[in-house]
This record gives sequence, C-alpha cells and structure tokens, in this order.
Amino acid sequence: MRNKASVVIVGGGITGSATAFSLAKRGVKDIVLIERNELASGATGRCGAGIRQQWGTYQNCLLARESMKVFENFQEVLETDIDIELKQKGYLLLAYSEKEMDQFRSNVEVQHQLGIPSRLVSCLEAKEIVPFLNTQKMFGGAFCPTDGHANPFLTTKAYANAAERLGVEILKKTEVKGITVENRRIKGVHTDRGFIETDKVVNAAGGWAAHIGEMVGLDLPVYSERHEILVTEPVNPIMDPMVMSFSYNIYCQQTPHGSFIMGYGPENEPRGYNINATWQFLEEMVRKATWLLPPLKNLRIVRQWAGLYNISPDRQPIVCESEEVKGFFMGIGFSGHGFMIAPAVGTLLADLVTGSPLTWDVVLDLGRYDRHEIIAEPSVV
Amino acid sequence: MNDDKIIVCRCEDIDIQTIRNLIDQGVTSLDEMKRITRCGMGPCQGKTCGPIIAREIAMKTGQSMEEILSTHSRPPFGGVLFQEVLEGIDNEE
Repeated sequence: MRNKASVVIVGGGITGSATAFSLAKRGVKDIVLIERNELASGATGRCGAGIRQQWGTYQNCLLARESMKVFENFQEVLETDIDIELKQKGYLLLAYSEKEMDQFRSNVEVQHQLGIPSRLVSCLEAKEIVPFLNTQKMFGGAFCPTDGHANPFLTTKAYANAAERLGVEILKKTEVKGITVENRRIKGVHTDRGFIETDKVVNAAGGWAAHIGEMVGLDLPVYSERHEILVTEPVNPIMDPMVMSFSYNIYCQQTPHGSFIMGYGPENEPRGYNINATWQFLEEMVRKATWLLPPLKNLRIVRQWAGLYNISPDRQPIVCESEEVKGFFMGIGFSGHGFMIAPAVGTLLADLVTGSPLTWDVVLDLGRYDRHEIIAEPSVV
Repeated sequence: MNDDKIIVCRCEDIDIQTIRNLIDQGVTSLDEMKRITRCGMGPCQGKTCGPIIAREIAMKTGQSMEEILSTHSRPPFGGVLFQEVLEGIDNEE
C-alpha cells in the first residue's frame, strides 16, 4: 500500500471506478482508490441496471447521451474484453394524464436537440412495443429505442481493471477513518490500514457521501434513503424495453440474462442507512407489476434486496470541488441515477481534479443551491 | 471424465473451470464471485454452489471455509410466484 498519493478516491462503485480510469487515462500517476467492502457492493451493485437518455433538461440529456456513447463502445474505450451485457431495446415511459403527456412532449423536444432518437407513442403503439402491457388509464407514452441496460457489476469491474492496468492502486476491504485538513487544504487520508499523504480526495462514497463530507468538516446537503428492488428467475426474452412510469411509480425490465428486475420509489421512507428488504415491498411490488404486466403472475421471484439512493436537494448530482476545502472533490447525490451517467461524470471529475476546463458545459456545483439555480429535472423516479 | 466441465452452479450454469480461472485472477471472495458470475443469485441462493466454490477458494488461498462462507442469503428463502403472493394478499383481505 502506498503511503503517498496524488489523488485518493473514496468509494469503489461505478463513480469512483470511472473517475479512477479517467484520471489514469490522462496520465495522472499515484492514484489510490479505497473501497470499504468489495467493488460495486453499495448502490452501484444494488441498482436497477437501467440506462436512459430520456431526460427533461438539456444538461441531463447531454450527460446521458455522452455516457451512452461510452457504453456503446465500451470494449474499445476501455481496451477491455469484458462484455457489459449492453441491451438497447429502449425505455418505454408511460403517461397517466394529459399533463404528463405534455411533459413528455417538451422532454422529447429537448432530447431531439441532442439527437436522442426518442418519440411520443400512443397506447396502441406502446402495445406494439410490449404486447401484454395493460394500457388501461394510460394516455400514451414516450419511447427511446437506444436506451436500455448494462450490467453494473461488470461495468464497474471493467473500469477498475482498466484503471489498475494504468497504474491505479485499488484497496478493497479498506475503510477510510478520517481525513486530515490543515488551513482548509487536504493533507491526507487515514484508513484502517494506515495513513496516505495526499492533497486531493474524491468523495465517491454513494450512500455514505455525507459521512465522508463530515470528515473534512462539511455539512453536505445530501441524505440517504432506502429503495427496494426484486428479481425473478430467468426466462426467454418476452419484453424488450424497460417499462417505467413516474406517476404510477414503477420500473421493470427484463435483463439480457432473462430475469426481470423491478422496483418503485418508496413513500414516507425515513432517511438513513437501513437496507433491509421488507414483505411490504414484496406485496406492493407484486400488486403493481402484475396489474401493469399481467404475464408476470407466472414468474418466480428469487431475490429481493435494497440499496441507498443518495439524494440531493434537486435530486440531481453534485459534481465539483469544495469551495471551503481545497482539494476536496465530490461526485455525490446521484439520487438514483448514478450508474447510467457515470462515464460522463468520471470525465467531469477528471477535468476538475486536473484543473482542466469541463469537457461539457454543465452546472453541477454545490454553489447552485446558494445561487438558487436548482436543476428543474421533471423526470425522476 | 473431464473435471473442467463439472457444473458448480446449476441455477446459472457455471462450470468449475470458470470458477478456477477467476480464483487465479484474484477473485477470492464469494461476494466478488457472485457479482461476476451470478453464482448464488439464482433460486438456490448459493445453497448448492456456495460450499463448492468456498472449498475451491480455500484450497487456493489457505483461508478457512468459515472465513469464506459469509455471503448473504436474500429473501425469499425459496422462489415464490407473483401469483402466490397475490393469492396471499387476497386471503388476508
């Protein structure tokens, strides 16, 4: 283990791994990535594995589209032979009111500015895409054929392997215990395996991002919230796209492996770090899913679990360097969509850490809350 | 009989050669093995493959079986049909 590093990345999920790769790719040496457990053992490995470009703000569409370009050319970009199980069979978003349709209509206009091939669909067209979809009460929907799925474990592993190949040291089963700050500058990171001297830290700790912030004396405006999820046995492919509704509150997709993976956003979930699975979720999920997609009745559920959303005030990521503590960078508050935009976020964090201009013109800094420039993204679960 | 073709994980169709190759690449915990190969994510939840893979890891690393066999079982304990859950809800109501 190195006792000196140019950058210490805290968190071995998709954000930390992608950042490590992007930095190493630019020639930064002596990077250390610290992961308390195993790679992708937090939010990344617990997520719904969806990747979509159908967002409502220009900036989110941009980050999603740029990330999709990486997913589409993954083996080439990372020089890896790992297959990330990319499936581009679309996201079908369902609308349950005229107002929601209007929202989709304006979203699609934004998406088209960036060449994202989304379109509005009628109930009839939705049924052509998913023949067994229950379209009762539906007003229509939106569909983007290039959205889809990637395997979060394998994507993270590929990033981590590529980073290691470029010289990054990855410390698994290693916990960050404290961060030394002097004169508002980072001096080093204490771990349960010793001290690492460094003047740059990247907080990519997902559900524990606020905890890492406390270590440098910052009260970061993010909190964690349990979201539950379940998966079925694998069956032959019968459903192409991710089916999702913000108002009915569900997402459900069939992975290339054949299993169906699904969840919904909880109501009145207390803030905290609880990731236990509940029978209440199981019942509600079954009710929701079988009403919308009746053939699921005959499928067998094999596992349910939960993970943490790290939620920011506008449910949009915070990617920046701290104004208060020089050398403290963060990629936090992804609010449930960290995996799908991680390739772009890795690039942005590498821009910040190396002091380069941002690759894309986006505003994701912490200061936006003081400036009252919250990001009004209408399309989050 | 060719040893390498032995199926270790019946849920996900993983053979022992795949497991041994990954152990050689440094994958020496059940959690990592599960994330990469899906063994333990099927209906049996690792009840079949878990001890076999743990033994392979133990032989390679010298760790004890107890140290290795720590992966979580997730609910439900056995597979359950959506239909069965629905019927359960209906009966309650």
